[in-house]
Amino acid sequence: MNQELRELYQQVILDHNKSPRNFRKIEKPSFYLEGYNPLCGDNITIYLQLDENDIIKDISFLGSGCAISKASASLMTSLLKGKTKQEAKKLFEKFHKLITSKIDEEFDLEDLGKLAVFSGVREFPARVKCASLAWHTMVNALDGKCEKVSTE
Amino acid sequence: MLLKQDNADIKKNLDYNVEKIRSDFPILSQLVHGKPLVYLDNAATTQKPLHVLHSLENYYYKQNANIHRGVHALSQEATEAFESSRIKVKKFINALGKNEIIFTKGTTESINLVAQTYCRSVIKEGDDIIISEMEHHSNIVPWQLICEEKNANLKVIPIDDKGEIILDEFEKILSERTKLVSIVYASNSLGTVNPIREIIKLAHSFNVPVLLDAAQAVNHLQIDVQELDCDFLAFSGHKLYGPTGIGILYGKVNLLEKMPPYQGGGDMISRVTFKKTTYNELPHKFEAGTPNIAGAIGLGAAIDYVSTIGLDKIAAYENSLLEYASEKISDLKGLRIIGTSKNKISVLSFVLENVHPHDVGTFLDFEGVAIRTGHHCTQPVMDRFGIPATSRASFGMYNTFDEIDILYNGLKKILEVFN
Repeated sequence: MNQELRELYQQVILDHNKSPRNFRKIEKPSFYLEGYNPLCGDNITIYLQLDENDIIKDISFLGSGCAISKASASLMTSLLKGKTKQEAKKLFEKFHKLITSKIDEEFDLEDLGKLAVFSGVREFPARVKCASLAWHTMVNALDGKCEKVSTE
Repeated sequence: MLLKQDNADIKKNLDYNVEKIRSDFPILSQLVHGKPLVYLDNAATTQKPLHVLHSLENYYYKQNANIHRGVHALSQEATEAFESSRIKVKKFINALGKNEIIFTKGTTESINLVAQTYCRSVIKEGDDIIISEMEHHSNIVPWQLICEEKNANLKVIPIDDKGEIILDEFEKILSERTKLVSIVYASNSLGTVNPIREIIKLAHSFNVPVLLDAAQAVNHLQIDVQELDCDFLAFSGHKLYGPTGIGILYGKVNLLEKMPPYQGGGDMISRVTFKKTTYNELPHKFEAGTPNIAGAIGLGAAIDYVSTIGLDKIAAYENSLLEYASEKISDLKGLRIIGTSKNKISVLSFVLENVHPHDVGTFLDFEGVAIRTGHHCTQPVMDRFGIPATSRASFGMYNTFDEIDILYNGLKKILEVFN
């Protein structure tokens, strides 16, 4: 496989695509929101369960999309459990910075943790929206927005 | 199944020199990600032969002037080139007269023109417009807009699992309330060629005019509007190896004459005063403003090029490519072809189990293979088949059997990575 492709489709991403984590509905969520990419038809619904201290007790997703968007949603849900609202938003900012950064820009990969597997997305501008759909939807859901999120 | 051996026979039988044709398309001989470009996105847009490129260059180098009413030499030359393209189009689709050929931006504008002029003037509350479930969004939304405005109904002919129109259902919804049937000749996402002769006959038995969206048909099927007896026909130049931004609306002269103008402006008038304006004669009534002159000339050149090779030969060759590709990829595990009508243009839509079309598209791109992935502006078709998107390979006159093998090998690799 070509080097750029290998960086985009890292084993972790292929794995999350094949067996996505938290791929289910939360019956009585505090918030849920559908995210949609009109360009490709990808749609992902994020379900969030927060406790009284604004800590994410449970988070899940359902929907259809490419490997990048599915793996991104899967990884996001497994990282955010137990995080506060503020921590979740901070992580989103880091993630967003990573996938929209210039190719030669250096990152503290340790700080990014598992999210570092998405660094290959930078080489594929057309796929940035795939990677960010779940995150955008999550942040809007946390803010209590109930209008469908669109990447356009 | 077709074997390589047979390919040579097909090529021979068709008397079809694909290498010669390929040499007319310089864009094809380039590398993408280090691999030879395999361009299989012809249903989105086709590449342009040198003959078309030279016609554009020649116009801007030597002929550029605004058309009509100019008394100077260049203006007359440009007018002549522009109008001679109209005659080429007229001959190409065998219209009765050149006044039935209206230059537009493309298929989308042609359909909108009919919606905003013909339909707006004839549709009343409670009337119906009929389309099919396999329409491109450009043959859905213009009708929705006018139906909303007029409180009319948009009725939809359903399709079956093969991706074919269910004619019985069409008969059921066709009535005295129907004011127009607008139907795609060949589907861009399924490839299905519709039984338009039956549809037109049925519609005409209720005196209902029929618009054919021929965007995908025009470069595969020889169109004779008089023989088909369609009332309107729309297509784009860029899918016929011509430039983008130019298209055609054909309309029967008696309908066009009754229709109010589409846009107001220069060239579409015969006399303007502040009290009253009288409109220009056909086809100029529908061509306000300076048109895409170069585009029209380029379209004329594309028609010349296609006609020299012969649309029947092109179609036969493309059909053999489709047959070979359909057979070949069918042995891939987990691959399902969407659109399995016997009567298809060379469009091959498919889904792979466990691999999303966008991932297929990205992987193939690195093999040099350009295909389209997504809903192809036919979301109702995706809904009908319960899928979010498909991968679509569409073949043009310059594609080869070897390129299909490259597509096949690419898909095989993808399945290995994802499974």
